[in-house]
Amino acid sequence: MTLSGGWEMVVGLEVHTELKTNTKMFCGCANAFGAAPNTNVCPVCLGLPGSLPVLNVRAVELAMAIGTALHSTISPSTFHRKNYFYPDMPKDFQISQYDLPINAGGYLDLPDGSRVSIERAHLEEDTGKSTHLGGSGRIHGADRSLVDYNRSGVPLVEIVSGPDIRSSSQARTYAAELRGILIATGASDGRMEEGSMRIDANVSVRRPGEPLGTRCEIKNLNSLRSLVRAIDFEAARQVALLEGGGSVRQETRHWDENLGSTSTMRVKEEADDYRYFREPDLVDLVPDQAWQDRVRDGLKPMPAERRAALTQRLRDRAPALLDALEVVIDLGLDPYVIAALDAEVDADLAFARAANEIASDLVHADNLSVESYVATLLMEQSGDLSATQAKAVLVEILANGGEPVSIARNKGFERLASDALSEVVATLIEENPDEWSRYRDGDEKLAQFFIGQVMKLTKGQANGKEVIAALQARR
Amino acid sequence: MPNLRREDVAHVAKLARLTMSEAELDKFTEQLGQVLDHASDMNALDLEGVIPTAHPFGLINVVRDDERRASLDHDVVIAMAPDAEDGRFAVPRILGDAP
Amino acid sequence: MKSVRQTALDVQNGDASALSVLEESLAHIRARNDELNVFLYVDEEGARAAASAVDERVARGENVGALAGVPVALKDNLCQTDIPTTCSSKILEGWRAPYSATVVDRLLLAGAVPVGKTNLDEFAMGSSTENSAFGPTKNPLDTTRVPGGSSGGSAAAVAADMTPLALGSDTGGSIRQPAALCGLIGVKPTYGLVSRYGLIAFASSLDQIGPLTKTVADAAMALEVIAGHDPLDSTSLPEPSPSLVAHVEDGVAGKRIGVVRDLIDGADDEVVAAVDRAVEVLREAGATIVELSVPEFRLGLSAYYLIAPAEASSNLARFDGVRYGLRVNADDVTAMMEATRTAGFGDEVKRRIMLGTYALSAGYYDAYYGQALKVRTLTIDAFRRAYQEADLLLGATTPSVAFEFGSKTADPMAMYLSDVFTIPSNLSGEPAISIPFGTGEAGLPIGVQLLGPGRSEAQLFAGARVLEIADGRP
Repeated sequence: MTLSGGWEMVVGLEVHTELKTNTKMFCGCANAFGAAPNTNVCPVCLGLPGSLPVLNVRAVELAMAIGTALHSTISPSTFHRKNYFYPDMPKDFQISQYDLPINAGGYLDLPDGSRVSIERAHLEEDTGKSTHLGGSGRIHGADRSLVDYNRSGVPLVEIVSGPDIRSSSQARTYAAELRGILIATGASDGRMEEGSMRIDANVSVRRPGEPLGTRCEIKNLNSLRSLVRAIDFEAARQVALLEGGGSVRQETRHWDENLGSTSTMRVKEEADDYRYFREPDLVDLVPDQAWQDRVRDGLKPMPAERRAALTQRLRDRAPALLDALEVVIDLGLDPYVIAALDAEVDADLAFARAANEIASDLVHADNLSVESYVATLLMEQSGDLSATQAKAVLVEILANGGEPVSIARNKGFERLASDALSEVVATLIEENPDEWSRYRDGDEKLAQFFIGQVMKLTKGQANGKEVIAALQARR
Repeated sequence: MPNLRREDVAHVAKLARLTMSEAELDKFTEQLGQVLDHASDMNALDLEGVIPTAHPFGLINVVRDDERRASLDHDVVIAMAPDAEDGRFAVPRILGDAP
Repeated sequence: MKSVRQTALDVQNGDASALSVLEESLAHIRARNDELNVFLYVDEEGARAAASAVDERVARGENVGALAGVPVALKDNLCQTDIPTTCSSKILEGWRAPYSATVVDRLLLAGAVPVGKTNLDEFAMGSSTENSAFGPTKNPLDTTRVPGGSSGGSAAAVAADMTPLALGSDTGGSIRQPAALCGLIGVKPTYGLVSRYGLIAFASSLDQIGPLTKTVADAAMALEVIAGHDPLDSTSLPEPSPSLVAHVEDGVAGKRIGVVRDLIDGADDEVVAAVDRAVEVLREAGATIVELSVPEFRLGLSAYYLIAPAEASSNLARFDGVRYGLRVNADDVTAMMEATRTAGFGDEVKRRIMLGTYALSAGYYDAYYGQALKVRTLTIDAFRRAYQEADLLLGATTPSVAFEFGSKTADPMAMYLSDVFTIPSNLSGEPAISIPFGTGEAGLPIGVQLLGPGRSEAQLFAGARVLEIADGRP
């Protein structure tokens, strides 16, 4: 959406992601979604008097992986206390990172060729979760609130972009690409709907070439769609305000998905003074080069690299499929497709069996090796397996593991010998004289009739192309 | 250094979630002012270039493995609560969202 | 009561039962606790169970541990499962910790018998135990005077023969000063030597747990048991517990002892005289004496009274009435937190919270907290230079003997000044020990202080032992 009247929007995004660790940031409680309230808690994540934090090494490594993927400089870092009172904060301070974050600088190149700078990506702990009773269930108008500390202490990485984004669609692309990176590093499951990835948007407007305008922060956007709508609304709101002679007040605003608008959160009595100081219960983090190298070497390819690998293979062979490749990347199925393409499998087939069969049982994708996928498709391509049979093999491997040749044999997917096929075709021609004469006279549609009959008789073992060949031979 | 003003103490009390009576504000302003005055010898020093101390013995990279440890029993946790409902800690209404 | 060493020997050998030792301890407590207000909570049931368990293990011929059957008093800022822990504050009145501090676990593993929780200045903020919300503790040697603070209850427990061993915590002198005022050995270990897990934090970068005992050997035994790496404390030093008991009789021959004017000047004449006598004893024992001046130590007081309250203001934020402890109800949660904290904290705690909040606040951080952290570096560097010329340092522990109740409460600065000799070691993180050496006004004990570089506890005990023998306590 372009702004009216020669205005430009300037957007920076702050993305918080929960890390996919086994345990919390500073204690050994489970890092799990959906447990009964206050069951995954201990003296540390409850902030009981006398408790002390100890840093989770896996959280550090995932943070370093994110930094590496974002081209950041992994730096010696310290932890700081961010002090403020709030009931979902057990210590009434949050352990975070302030002026010395683990990842400094960096950038993210988007598929459209634009580059968004990254200011920092740092580690911090999550807070507990409150539910509000009375009123509408929203915080305003509630009588009381109930707090669950299961989420308290879950490790977070906060990624702060520079104010380089110029449209809501670019913001969406940035968020989607970042999400793909977070999933590819193993750091996050990217489930915005579960709150494991949350986005805050800083939005301001200006006339191009002028200094940055006053920005507003829009908090806790939980879907890419909300992100786009909220940014567009907010930019338009600010433009209308300025064009009407008013000025934008720097404030935090809340996006309401139902109303389709942002509104001011209750103005606080005092400005936030977080009184940051170095966390005395933790020591400095200084990842040496060897550790950084191990993290870098362990990184799987990022979406951009995988996109390029697919694009390069499709560009000449099957350019029509270029539009479909984002789905494959997003689902993480590109290793299958690329391997199949490299084995000379037909591009449409390579895509279809991934986007359909594997995608329908994605949660079990680990059961299907790339080699098995390629082998199955090659068998289908050569006629050893029919389409139906090939699909059945893939479904079986996904559900229960195994490998294609023995599965095919166990299921009796023997290739129908060509003389056997000839006999079947001959029998059908005899039994269906009307249909045969119409086909012989040129009614191509009846080929499907005969294929269907052949399939019925052979229990799906025949290869469609071979049936057509057999029919044409007799014409 | 500017002398400690009564408004500063009032502001700081609010930040620290403490209510002060007028008399207490006066008393604390005077007492805290004395401590800060005593620190003026320290303030006067030019310590440009001196690196603040973190851990006195330079410990770094203290981490633990990503392994489970027993959590507290839920009943024990909730039993400590001044007010609880449905296994959660209950508090009076919250005015204003988190920063 | 018998010493820690003798008790452990007797119990392990079967010459005395842990239960009988405990009964003696409980009798002493019953005799004087109402008068002195030492223990806020006596855990008779738990202690009897622990003592019986020790006796059963002895009967089975097992090696119980270095502190077999030894009754221990715990400062009430140490968590012990299911036992009330209050930090002498109304805000935690009635709270029972659901877990135990690492030091408590280690005591129990060594066969010790925790008997109860002792009084302190509220949240360890004070030097006289007059800041307790549950009344002050009286000095057993003269009940018109303070036992010192903040570990006043722990010091009184040992001085009144209720237990031979107590644990305290030291942030600016809170073990050493009460030890000095009550005629005891008190040790502040190297920062990180003893785990802080389960110690309710006052100033995280300064706090250390340590023993108060009547003899040097007892203190060494106790420290060996509680010291050593703890994976639950990120600031804990990586090494296991050091060997200390074996070095108590090492002596000081060939050691250089630095007498630091800045740890003596300003003390009462009788205290200065005691330090001078200590110098002679050490010289005669074969040490070389060096006169040192370390003016940076004088800055320590200002730095401490900004760093400690700053960290404390953050550490005490969690007391907000939401999850445990006192709650004073109100219409909204912020009002509830304010009402709770205002009712729950005493004046000294409020003073330090506000001072600390101010020192950290926007616009003032650099001038106060930031500057204080730099002074800390100056202090560390100054110690490092001193230890190029000396192996150990000697000074006074406190400027005077035990003072009368109410004599320093009118003016907080007056109370703070009594920490001037102990604070430098907290800032540097290095260990120090207070040893009773002679008496002063009204026969009250005087404490002298030995200081050493990081992890030099063995040498500190050896030096303290020389002074102990010379003071007539072989």
